[in-house]
Amino acid sequence: MHELAIATNIADAVCERAAGRPVHRVTVRIGALTAVVPEAMRWCFTLAVEGTVADGADLEIEHRAGAGRCRACGAEFPCADLILLCPCGSADVEVTAGRELQIVSMEVADVRHLRL
Amino acid sequence: MCGTCGCDQKIEVVTLEQKVLARNDEIAEANRERLAGDGIVAVNLMSSPGSGKTTLLERTIRDVGRDHPVAVVEGDQQTPLDAERIRRTGCPVVQINTGAGCHLEAQMLSTALDRLAPPRDGLLFVENVGNLICPALFDLGERERVVILSVTEGADKPLKYPHAFAVAGLVLINKIDLLPYVDFDVAECRRHVAAVNPKAAVLEVSATRGDALPAWYAWLAQLSTLS
Ligand SMILES: Nc1nc2c(ncn2[C@@H]2O[C@H](COP(=O)(O)OP(=O)(O)OP(=O)(O)O)[C@@H](O)[C@H]2O)c(=O)[nH]1
Ligand SMILES: [Zn+2]
Ligand SMILES: [Zn+2]
Ligand SMILES: [Zn+2]
Repeated sequence: MHELAIATNIADAVCERAAGRPVHRVTVRIGALTAVVPEAMRWCFTLAVEGTVADGADLEIEHRAGAGRCRACGAEFPCADLILLCPCGSADVEVTAGRELQIVSMEVADVRHLRL
Repeated sequence: MCGTCGCDQKIEVVTLEQKVLARNDEIAEANRERLAGDGIVAVNLMSSPGSGKTTLLERTIRDVGRDHPVAVVEGDQQTPLDAERIRRTGCPVVQINTGAGCHLEAQMLSTALDRLAPPRDGLLFVENVGNLICPALFDLGERERVVILSVTEGADKPLKYPHAFAVAGLVLINKIDLLPYVDFDVAECRRHVAAVNPKAAVLEVSATRGDALPAWYAWLAQLSTLS
C-alpha cells in the first residue's frame, strides 16, 4: 500500500521540522490524479506517526481537482483521471493541476509558551 | 488555546509548502548525477508480479552482456530468488529486499549502487517490486522507465494502472507466444497505452521465444548513444 510509504515520508518531514515540539495538526495537499486514496492516507498517517512527536495529530487534506491544457487547441478542461483527451480530439494534453502531493503546514505547540 | 484538542498550549503554525516526496526526489537526483558521471544508463523495470521482468533480464544479459557491461539491482519483497537467477548469468547483481515495502525508493538504489559499483559506461537494470501502483510514484534517478505487461493480464491494464503507464518511455507487451491461447487484443491494448501516454513506444515481445527482442536491444542502444 503506497499510502503508507507516503504517510511515512510526511511523518519524517514533519517530525524533522518539529524538532521535538508536539505536533497537533498536519495539512497536506493531494491532487485527484496522484493515485492516493484519502481514507487510506488518513489511516496510514495514524500508523506512521505512532510513537513520534506527531502521535495523535489530525491530518487535514486539501483536495485539488485534476485539470489539463491541450497543446493542440489551447483549451483548458477538468480531468477526472489520467486518460487525457481534449474535447477537440487531441491527446497531447499537459496536466496543469491534480498532481499535487505536498505538505502545506503543521501546527506545533509553542515551546516558548511551554517554558513558562 | 489549541483548536484541535482543546489543550491550553499555545499553538504555532509552521508553513512547510514542500513536496511530500522531496527527500526521495533529492536522493534520486543525486543518483541520476552519479550514474551520468559514470556514463551508466539506468532502466527501471516495472510490472505486475510475474509479467516476465527477470526472464527478460536473463535473456537480455545473455544477448547483449557479451559486448556491453550490464549490472542489475533486484528489488523483491522477499527471497533472493531473482538475484540468484541473474547471478547464474554471470552478471553483477545486488538484491534489495523491501520487506513490507511494495516499491523501491531512491535511497535503496543509492545503497545498492554503493554495494554493486556497476561498471562504467554500461547498462544498469533495476527490477522494481512486482506492483503496478506505487513504483510509479518514486523516482529512483533512472534514465528511463519501462513497463512490462504480459498478455495473460488483460488488455485493460493501462486504464486500470494509468500512473505506471503514464511515466513509461517504453511499454513491452510480453508473452506474445501465448496469444493463440488467451483472449488478448493487442490493438486494443495499444490504444489504451496511447490514451494514457501517447509518447510511449510499444513493442510486442516474447522473452522466452525471443520475438522482437532485437527491437528491445535497439531501444536500449539508442539510450546509450543519446547520453
Ligand atoms: N510463455 C511465456 N512465458 C513467459 C515469458 N516471459 C516470462 N514467462 C514466464 O512467466 C513466469 C514469470 O516470469 P518472471 O520472469 O519470473 O516474472 P517477474 O516479472 O520477474 O516476476 P516477479 O519478480 O515475481 O514480479 C515464468 O514462469 C516465466 O517463464 C514469455 O515471453 N512467454
Ligand atoms: Zn484540444
Ligand atoms: Zn522477477
Ligand atoms: Zn509501495
